[in-house]
Amino acid sequence: MSASLLIHNARLPGEETTVDLFVRDGIIRTMDEDAITEAADTVIDASGLILLPGFVDLCCNLREPGNGQKGNIASETRAAARGGFTTVCASPDTSPVNDSGAVTNLIRDVARSSAPIRVLPVGAATRGLAGELLSDMVGLSNAGCVAFSNGTHAMANARILRRCMAYARTFDLTLMLQPVNQALAADGYAHDGKVAARLGLLGVPEVAETASVMEMLLLAEETGVRLHLGQLSCARSVEMVAEARMRGVSVTADVAMHQLLFTEEALSGFDSRYHVVPPLRTESDRKALLKGVEDGTVDAIVSQHQPHDSAAKQAPLGVTEPGMSTIESVFSLGLSLVAQGELSLKALLRALTEGPATVIKQASGLASGGAANFSLWRLDDTWQAGPQTLLSRGFHVPAPGRDLKGVIHWNICDGKVAYRRS
Amino acid sequence: MTELAATPLSAHDKASRNLQLTADGQLRHFITLDGLDRAMLTDILDTADSFIEVGERTIKKVPLLRGRTVVNLFFESSTRTRSTFELAAKRLSADVLNLDINTSATSKGESLSDTLLNLEAMASDMFVVRHSQSGAPHFIAESVTPGVAIINAGDGRHAHPTQAMLDMLTIRQNKQQFEGLKVAIVGDILHSRVARSQIRALQTLGAEEVRLIAPGTLLPADVDSLGCTVEYDMRKGMADLDVVIMLRLQKERMEGALLPSEREFYRLYGLDTDKLALARPDCIVMHPGPINRGVEIESAVADGPQSVILNQVTNGIAIRMAVMSMAMSGQVAERTSRSRQQGGEQ
Amino acid sequence: MTDLPAVPALLDRLEQGLRHYLNERGIKRPLLVGIRTGGVWVASELHRRLGLEEPCGELDISFYRDDFSRIGLNPWVTPSHLPFETEDRDLVLVDDVVMSGRTIRAAMNELFDYGRPSSISLVALLDMGGRELPVQPDVCGERLNLSPTQRVKLVGPEPLTIEIREVKA
Repeated sequence: MSASLLIHNARLPGEETTVDLFVRDGIIRTMDEDAITEAADTVIDASGLILLPGFVDLCCNLREPGNGQKGNIASETRAAARGGFTTVCASPDTSPVNDSGAVTNLIRDVARSSAPIRVLPVGAATRGLAGELLSDMVGLSNAGCVAFSNGTHAMANARILRRCMAYARTFDLTLMLQPVNQALAADGYAHDGKVAARLGLLGVPEVAETASVMEMLLLAEETGVRLHLGQLSCARSVEMVAEARMRGVSVTADVAMHQLLFTEEALSGFDSRYHVVPPLRTESDRKALLKGVEDGTVDAIVSQHQPHDSAAKQAPLGVTEPGMSTIESVFSLGLSLVAQGELSLKALLRALTEGPATVIKQASGLASGGAANFSLWRLDDTWQAGPQTLLSRGFHVPAPGRDLKGVIHWNICDGKVAYRRS
Repeated sequence: MTELAATPLSAHDKASRNLQLTADGQLRHFITLDGLDRAMLTDILDTADSFIEVGERTIKKVPLLRGRTVVNLFFESSTRTRSTFELAAKRLSADVLNLDINTSATSKGESLSDTLLNLEAMASDMFVVRHSQSGAPHFIAESVTPGVAIINAGDGRHAHPTQAMLDMLTIRQNKQQFEGLKVAIVGDILHSRVARSQIRALQTLGAEEVRLIAPGTLLPADVDSLGCTVEYDMRKGMADLDVVIMLRLQKERMEGALLPSEREFYRLYGLDTDKLALARPDCIVMHPGPINRGVEIESAVADGPQSVILNQVTNGIAIRMAVMSMAMSGQVAERTSRSRQQGGEQ
Repeated sequence: MTDLPAVPALLDRLEQGLRHYLNERGIKRPLLVGIRTGGVWVASELHRRLGLEEPCGELDISFYRDDFSRIGLNPWVTPSHLPFETEDRDLVLVDDVVMSGRTIRAAMNELFDYGRPSSISLVALLDMGGRELPVQPDVCGERLNLSPTQRVKLVGPEPLTIEIREVKA
């Protein structure tokens, strides 16, 4: 079917003039400052709306296959579309784990029929994410996995980590790993700083991450694997990434959006909403992560979307499940950073589009001939995230009930309407 | 700190205050000493004095909590603490229900929330809660049963406010005032909820110095943020002390490679006669108990003239009677003003 | 405004009345117990005038009040102090003002938790009327007739004076 779409008078961020777009069969055929007069099946008047490229998320938990309590591919991709994303990488931490072609195919099939946006599966680097035995990485890659991760679980030991890297390198597969030294992290659930000291929380010291970052960088340098470090939380980690890159190590990195806004103090009231892995750290860590995004040391901002049912957080802090439902508010939270002068809009957009796209070797950007993946926003309007407004099944959002800037009106993925504001 | 960020630590005190006090500033939960000011802590000590007097009478009961049900919810077992709470409740004429809930029993499927809601439905007026997780009583008071007075009998590493207050009562009985006092807390501060509450109490009541004496492995990572002086060398640390509080050392600490042996710990951090002699001659020796003789403290010191360890039982019952009656009073006041408001709105 | 009686004159009357009463009853060794705070001042004064050997007791009835369910605990509770055995003794309970009678009821409940006295007699400086319980002073300084919105308060300890204030209806 040759569906066509015409967008009138959209504005690119930071520019005065408007553009028209003509889309057919999922490709942007024309993008012009002058009015386009072609006939189209759907015409959108984008006056007053800002045109942004579709966002790419490298770390998103869609919860399917699973028991459905925390969401599924349909609900969470709809939420992601609402968040302005046109591509999400599905984390392998499902039930069962995505460590076989069968599960990968299941994910792709379900996504094909129920997801309004692109779902790219990320395969498990080890069987069951247990960190002991390698999974069939080539088979998974052939089934459609774009990269390999070990979820939030550490490898059993450095020897297995090294072999996993060597194997991935053989077939030019990208490894996305969250750096954690489990022996140092132990049972901790909060940053081992002043809040943990005062409230008697079990702490995760900085070295639990930085020691692992150092180890992973040395091993990546030796094996030559394409390494992506996921969800950094420490200033020192960013420093080490920059320094390794200068030495020629092939490493990219991301940071979760909530790490750019919140610190350990969010746990002050024993608020289990902010129980996340890795934990929220200090203000100076937060500032360093922001700088890393601004100067490009950190390539991408991810949602680290982890929707939960209510029972998951209805318990004393230390026994709650970590993670928040973030995907719908990622961009709004980013805009609040821009409004406060802590991040430039340019860096924010790069970290949500080009940066992550490069990590998984996807194209990005808006141009004639490119895929029609974009969204239209009213950046100055506000909305509030709550059970009545969210599309995700998870209601534990980072800024509940607060006024969030940036309301999406349209999300177009591969030329089709993925989300439309009602 | 960004605008959208959640409560900063300085506002944690405010949040704790709002959780524990009614709009009129009366106690309605007693969970942590954070957020309670000097006047409130002094009120608790003064009220406890009255209950000590009750304990000296033939009939050691007052009718304050008659007809009320107090449930002891001990998720971590402790005969000592639980029996003093039980005795305190009975001396207030309350009906007492003791529930020893092992965490494994709750993992039979019923969540903590559901267990508590069922209890609330049985018309409980007060829960005395001991739990292995820091923040459990906060969670209960905020999210589960806000209309039931919650008394914290110890949560994880976070707080043990009644123990700290009875220690403050002991100090007041021996030293009369907190101004100018130099107090040391010795031992496993990292894992100690008692220590955290004691630090807070001493600082709020105006002690001049709180000194932490311990090896680095038994201190929190960001110990500087606690506002105390730190001394690794106990002999140096004993200088000028008015009060020394010894903490219990649990055997598991050796297994976690936090300490090499009890013998080495005793040699370096145990309170013996020699080390006590380095403090002021009128320095008192305290220990929240149960004491490990020959590990934290020499028998001669524990039984010696400077030790005030035995006062604790009487003080413990009195403090617990005080906070239980004050918290019940606050809940009652709140219920009354709420029903008055509702009546007015009709 | 009612004529406020002078406290010294009232105390004279109380002293006289109490001596007579104790004589009539054959009570040779009374134990005085004052109810905080005003009752303690009156009791001390009577104690001095009667030249009693054994000390005066002080009762704080905060834990025995009947309105805990409605208004909660008194924040200024202080320890009671009865420096004697009450078993088989004749107690003289002293308060500054008797009105509803509930304070006296609470005081008697508390006294019985110390032991079983032979008898309890009641001395009140002022009787406001307005009883809600069957409690009457055995010795009284003066009966006042105030309006329903007026309350009387003994102020002290030096000098002891009587104040009248208005309350909301």
